[in-house]
Amino acid sequence: MSETTESLTIRKVKEKFPDDVVSSSSWRGDDALVIKKEALIAIATFLKTDPELDFNFLVDLSGVDYLTHPKPQPERFAVAYHFLSMAKKQRVRLKVYVGLADNQVDTLIGLWKSADWMEREVFDQYGIKFKGHPNLKRILNHIAFVGHPLRKDYPIKKRQLLTQSDTLMDEMKKRLEAKGLTTTGR
Amino acid sequence: MSIPPGKLLETPLDQELEQEFYRDLHTDLMFLNLGPSHPAAHGTLRTFVALDGETIKAAVAEIGYLHRGFEKTVEHRTWNQVIPYTDRLNYCSAALNNFAFCKVVERMLGIEITPRAAAIRVIVGELMRIVDHLVCIGTNLVDMGALTNFWYTFNKRELVYDVLDKLCGARLTNSYGRIGGLYRDFYDGAVPDILHCVKECEDAFNEVEALIKKNRIFIDRTKDVCRFSAEQALSYGFTGPCLRASGVEWDLRKAFPYWGYDQYDFEIPVGTTGDTWDRIMIRFYEARESAKIIRQAIKSLPGGPICVDDKRIALPEKANTYQNIEGLINHFKLIFEGVRVPEGDCYDAIEAANGELGFYVTSDGSGFPYRVRVRPPCFLIFSGFPEMVEGSMISDAVATLGSINIIAGELDR
Amino acid sequence: MGVEQQLGSDVLVTRLDAVLNWGRKNDLMPMPFGTACCAIEFMGLTSSVYDVSRFGAEIVRFSPRQADLLMVMGTITYKQLPILKQVYDQMPDPKWVISMGACASSGGFYDNYCTVQGIDEIIPVDVYIAGCPPRPEAVIDAIIKIQEGVVSKETIAQKPTTAASLGH
Repeated sequence: MSETTESLTIRKVKEKFPDDVVSSSSWRGDDALVIKKEALIAIATFLKTDPELDFNFLVDLSGVDYLTHPKPQPERFAVAYHFLSMAKKQRVRLKVYVGLADNQVDTLIGLWKSADWMEREVFDQYGIKFKGHPNLKRILNHIAFVGHPLRKDYPIKKRQLLTQSDTLMDEMKKRLEAKGLTTTGR
Repeated sequence: MSIPPGKLLETPLDQELEQEFYRDLHTDLMFLNLGPSHPAAHGTLRTFVALDGETIKAAVAEIGYLHRGFEKTVEHRTWNQVIPYTDRLNYCSAALNNFAFCKVVERMLGIEITPRAAAIRVIVGELMRIVDHLVCIGTNLVDMGALTNFWYTFNKRELVYDVLDKLCGARLTNSYGRIGGLYRDFYDGAVPDILHCVKECEDAFNEVEALIKKNRIFIDRTKDVCRFSAEQALSYGFTGPCLRASGVEWDLRKAFPYWGYDQYDFEIPVGTTGDTWDRIMIRFYEARESAKIIRQAIKSLPGGPICVDDKRIALPEKANTYQNIEGLINHFKLIFEGVRVPEGDCYDAIEAANGELGFYVTSDGSGFPYRVRVRPPCFLIFSGFPEMVEGSMISDAVATLGSINIIAGELDR
Repeated sequence: MGVEQQLGSDVLVTRLDAVLNWGRKNDLMPMPFGTACCAIEFMGLTSSVYDVSRFGAEIVRFSPRQADLLMVMGTITYKQLPILKQVYDQMPDPKWVISMGACASSGGFYDNYCTVQGIDEIIPVDVYIAGCPPRPEAVIDAIIKIQEGVVSKETIAQKPTTAASLGH
């Protein structure tokens, strides 16, 4: 990665959204931008559609809980988005800080379908809700699980028994409705 | 008259015939669970389908049956202790996961591994890719009824496992990588053993391909079945063979070369239609390219140490540990307190057997990781599976599930 | 088996036991409940190098109704637990359970919120195999132990009778 393209992404985003970029860094070669959560969809759309940047691929969407981190952070949680531009061979990370009280972030499902399950996982493990997600349900933990295990204050050995598996009929009904079918026939 | 399956409502004549046929027949959708106790030997996946006869009208996938809490558990382990946990992610190609994790941490530490370690990582990594493809093809063909291929592929795996046994100490879950390099160097005679294995595996791939390539049943079951276009694949976050089968030429070994991949001469096979045929056949070509890479890497294998010469990262030699106090204390501190990784966060990925296996690691400056997020290739591929199979029959769904090579350990972590 | 009702309590069927148990032990029908890495080692076991069909246990029956040996291979999570219990309940008697690997026997090195610390929390286990994953030879050893256990099972073991008349 040359010096000019390394800061091209950061430079362009800062130019277009000067108030929404809180900070940026390139530690160990990783372009990273911390942005305000209200500007998430706008910046993500810009990254995807701008012809010079062309970030066509959402690589990863993950949550972090900074409760026991030694360095003070703006909020307790963060959601980190990793994008990839296959044509320009560039990567960028967007980080959005989310607090415990107002733990809602916009969903990126309109731009990339891969956000669907990844946001469900962040909700399952951290309790961060995604506004506009069609099916924000637990994905890794079982249906009777209470709490969000990846949070730092969830004790690691606190086990929860499941007695009855999920029937999945609720998701199935939604899927059938989307296809114009009912559960009883054509 | 023969109506091609899944194409019932194409023409007005077909629709009229269908209405005629169903006019007196009251049919309901049947709901069926494919999994999680699964005959198709792919682990604990559940697909809940709504069937109209044999055709899948709607599908919902559920995962989490093998969620073992990797991400939570490793927050309580030192950096090197994470490595056995990474083995169990994609357990068919365990060493690749180790190397991916080590790559991220080495980048955070700001160190470069030695050329010999890089070359050995390439050799063992490509060998693991070959093994993974052997498993995928073997089990996929068993699902379709072709049992012979299962034995052809699995017998060769035993040869590779013997080599890995001697090299790493374990057959399946190797834990071969270490932060800063590798566990240990090649044993005497490793190179001819590996070359022999690679030759045998190539023979197995050739035999299996010869058996199935012109087989009418195989072609009918896989050609034009469960197609997935490039746009769909990119939107769903596919990487690896499944993305390349859909026609997108993207491989991290060529795009962001690491461990010296740019000095080896190999090609990236790309499919055309993204159907099950493409997804299966692409693995044959990839395995052959891996064999090419292994031979080139062995030819140009440099000498030298396999771990970086940094006392804060690599364990000292055993002689030093037992014979002088500095070595002992060094060993003690590295084992008990872990390697100190500077504070910050970093994402890095490798081209694993199933796609882009990435780790997003956050460190708080101590010897214990603060947060390790695995970007699992199978997770996103399985999220696109319901859309892949809707409209086809159950038997197509079974063949497709095998072709996308879902490893539950990686999917659920 | 129904034989005991007609014969009454004065008849011992040692030869019948022997024949039935010989049949059962040489034709175990495993139900592979494979979840994780141990399942891959089991697949290696069925390959021609280790060849479990020498022991008669090659025909894997994925339907619990047709199986008599439940092999739990891999980590069982709390989400999977009701399914394991259901599969075990669906198997007809006599049945045996092998717990293969560290995760199935005791939770392995996953001591956390989602992993069952051993399947014996919910179903009775006959043989535990240690290893992560155990070598195929270890699994064969376990199958041989099960076969030895089968031999000592009686066909009419449930029949209430005086201890002396049973003899074994």
